[in-house]
Amino acid sequence: MAGLAASFGSGAMSNSMDDVSQKADAFFVIGSNTTEQHPVFGTMLRRAVRFRGAKLIVADPRRIDLCDFATLHLRQKPGTDIALLNGLMYIILDKGWEAKDFIAERTENFDEFKATIMEYPPTRVSEITGVPVNQLYEAAELMAASKPMAVIWAMGITQHISGVRNVMTLANLQMLLGNMGMPGGGVNPLRGQNNVQGACDMGGLPNVFPAYQPVTSPEAIEKFSKAWGLDYGLSTADRVSPSTVHRLSSTVGMTATEIIPGVLEGKTRALYILGEDPVMSDPDTNHVRECLEKVDFLVLQEIFPSETAVYADVLLPGVSFAEKTGTFTNTERRVQMVHKAIEPLGEAKPDWWITAELAKRILQTSEVLDAPFAGWDYTDTSAIMDEINALTPSYGGITHARIESGERLQWPCPTGEHPGTPILHVNKFARGLGKFMPIDDVPPAEEPNDDYPMVMSTGRVLYHWHGGQMTRRSKGLMEVYGEALIEVNPEDSQKLGLNGQNRVRVTSRRGSIEARAWITDRVPPGMVYANFHFPEASANELTQAVLDPVSKIPEYKVTAVKVELVS
Amino acid sequence: MTVNITLNGKKIEAQPGQTILDVAKENDYRIPTLCYHKDLSPTGNCRMCVVEVKGNRFLQAACVTQVWDEMEIETDSQKTITSRKLSLEQMLANHSPNCATCDVSGECDLQDLAYEYQVDAPEWGTKGTRYKVDSDPNPFIRVDFNKCILCRRCVLACAEVQVRDVWGVAQRGFEEIIVAGANTTMLEAHCESCGQCVAYCPTGALSNKLSYGQGIARARQVTKVTTTCSYCGVGCQFDLLVKHKKVIGVVSNPDAPVNGMALCVKGRYGYDYIHHPDRLKKPRVRRYLLEKKDKRLKGNAWDWIETDWDTALDITAGKLREARDTHGPDSVGVLTSAKCLNEENYLMNKLARQVIGTNNIDHCARL
Ligand code: SF4
Ligand code: SF4
Repeated sequence: MAGLAASFGSGAMSNSMDDVSQKADAFFVIGSNTTEQHPVFGTMLRRAVRFRGAKLIVADPRRIDLCDFATLHLRQKPGTDIALLNGLMYIILDKGWEAKDFIAERTENFDEFKATIMEYPPTRVSEITGVPVNQLYEAAELMAASKPMAVIWAMGITQHISGVRNVMTLANLQMLLGNMGMPGGGVNPLRGQNNVQGACDMGGLPNVFPAYQPVTSPEAIEKFSKAWGLDYGLSTADRVSPSTVHRLSSTVGMTATEIIPGVLEGKTRALYILGEDPVMSDPDTNHVRECLEKVDFLVLQEIFPSETAVYADVLLPGVSFAEKTGTFTNTERRVQMVHKAIEPLGEAKPDWWITAELAKRILQTSEVLDAPFAGWDYTDTSAIMDEINALTPSYGGITHARIESGERLQWPCPTGEHPGTPILHVNKFARGLGKFMPIDDVPPAEEPNDDYPMVMSTGRVLYHWHGGQMTRRSKGLMEVYGEALIEVNPEDSQKLGLNGQNRVRVTSRRGSIEARAWITDRVPPGMVYANFHFPEASANELTQAVLDPVSKIPEYKVTAVKVELVS
Repeated sequence: MTVNITLNGKKIEAQPGQTILDVAKENDYRIPTLCYHKDLSPTGNCRMCVVEVKGNRFLQAACVTQVWDEMEIETDSQKTITSRKLSLEQMLANHSPNCATCDVSGECDLQDLAYEYQVDAPEWGTKGTRYKVDSDPNPFIRVDFNKCILCRRCVLACAEVQVRDVWGVAQRGFEEIIVAGANTTMLEAHCESCGQCVAYCPTGALSNKLSYGQGIARARQVTKVTTTCSYCGVGCQFDLLVKHKKVIGVVSNPDAPVNGMALCVKGRYGYDYIHHPDRLKKPRVRRYLLEKKDKRLKGNAWDWIETDWDTALDITAGKLREARDTHGPDSVGVLTSAKCLNEENYLMNKLARQVIGTNNIDHCARL
């Protein structure tokens, strides 16, 4: 969430799902198929529209289910979000509908931003996006008239070469309308996996320690070195054994989408993968396979022999969420308990135990100094949480005991008395003033041409989850949705001569998959939609590893493909 | 402005607009209910919550009747009790008689009330099996309208919680029945299989197919463990049902902070992967590691061999240390997991940075 961090100083969802769904006068949902990806939040939006009369603007190339509830559906061409948003902001500025007081008091860089926006008059925007001019006006008017309006998005915004810029553009919109720091408003990126938020908060990122303390900051390095018993520039005389005591690296590391290709460049020699399935979830599957085949050593800690397990040298059996106790952090920064319901199956072990055992066996005593958190002897996850409390300011007061006693805690929650923070950026942005960013639209990396005339977008469906390791092993879910389906518009189906035949082959510059077609006007003509839940026809065989230059998120939402009938 | 009423002889101040049921609850008087649920619009159709209001010839349904100034209410008069018994008798007359083999026995509101009021199915009653048992092909939801008491909670749950309008009511009188869409199957009526209707159904008319026959409602055999969903970032909470060391089902926990009773199909019905036979139960290493051979050797070097934990952990630690010491800390990449606990992610971060000395750590937030 680098985009929000640049605009506001904090990258997380600013509001809570219940305040958004109960207090927003309007929702602007862009790049989120909420009712399928975040279903229960999707129903909260449907309730708000039906029972509270909240307005809903959906911007999505596909006619997703939520469109049935929308006041207005903008069907922009894939990869033209920035142009669309700049165009809406042009109209808002042109009509003088912007929140002048808010802009004056709480933001900076407005003039520079405005100069860029003025290059997006409605006719030009309509040409780029394919959205009719009158719909642009209608949307801008709805947005200006609805206070507060909440903006909601998901991977449909971030999985583009311009993902970070897309997010900053949405931040611009909410500042322009003055919808920040209040119930029912805000910027609300919905996190995909159950604990993506927590994995980020806990320093599962190459550039930050827990709570987004930069790995390049001397203060953070000193703090973690002291806590973990490492050398941070002790004078030679104070060093117990100067050559062996570890130092923290102060260079930003590689992202997942760089670590794996790093194998072929000789950068990555060994991989420790916990519960992830890069073969299914990463772009350009063939390339991923090649890398994993070549890596010197791969240890995979998993509950199933996934597609990635084929390449593993060691497979360590972890446990499911039903076999361990600890916490998850949901998309609205709420930390909640997970409770062990059954003993680990067979000889499987909780993942925290396995990681700690590995650490103990890798680390020689001479490599660390005596320090409060140098060791790895944890009796349970609440002992780990104590360490998190001490080193992670936003989690300082979030203990298992408090959650167990029924307190509902959303970070930041710095102390044991702090009640938590349901809404961010009230009265003041984390970075002080909110920063308007002048953003121009960037065309997708791969535009359709004569050889690959159609656009493929990828994502998930209601009944499955990610690489499908869990949901493909669920009987009922497979009964309802048991194979990969590729959504094809009726017009294209006619052109392809799909009558009666229902299998199609989709080919990109990188690979080819075959699957059954689902003829539906959910997708516009010229676009197909595929998922990555099934190894026999995973969309990631076709996607490319072009990344957003800042976030390194791959462009999953726009791939040029050709579609053929399989007879 | 307050409204002064007398409830079972006690003077009480209430707010205008409150129903008799609201006021009774606030003051710790229990009025039995069946079709009423606090999340759903009250309909007053089951007649269990009837109370006597002084001056009124007919009993009033407490869930839909608002209080007025100087209202005098009796919640447990002989007249109300007789009326409730009669209502229950009529419901039981239209209901399958086989409580003993019913999946929800133990957690059935109808059974509880029949017991409380000591009402059995009447002699003249039960018409036997009028409808097909397990009549809908939905893979998650088991439908048996022989047990339906036409309370309409399912209709309201679908319309007001899920906002999907799958269920409706058809016919009149004795033929009255709940139907999906225009009397089709649930999935054809655009059911999303969220199971909200099952969660709100007070009887065994709607139950869970995946756990059918495992006695999920029999409290003596089943433990409930409250936990957080392992699928998406909404963070719904629910109770796992555990019997004989197995997770046999999921039920809503009304106190869940984010979602209350609501869940989606994956959260409510996607739990069976936990006990799937593919689960890894023992550490495995490739044969070449045990025999200290080259991994690219032809033959059986790449076979999986199951080992004990010490062997697998020592091999792994040795290999990671070797990469770190020979090629430098940045030759090791660590992928942590957005499916794992905060505590586990913290440890992965600590392992990468403290133990290995690299910032090459990431997870699938981007994917
Ligand atoms: S199926 Fe259940 S919830 Fe629906 S009307 Fe019948 S008894 Fe009530
Ligand atoms: S029940 Fe559904 S909506 Fe709720 S957390 Fe689980 S997957 Fe997400």
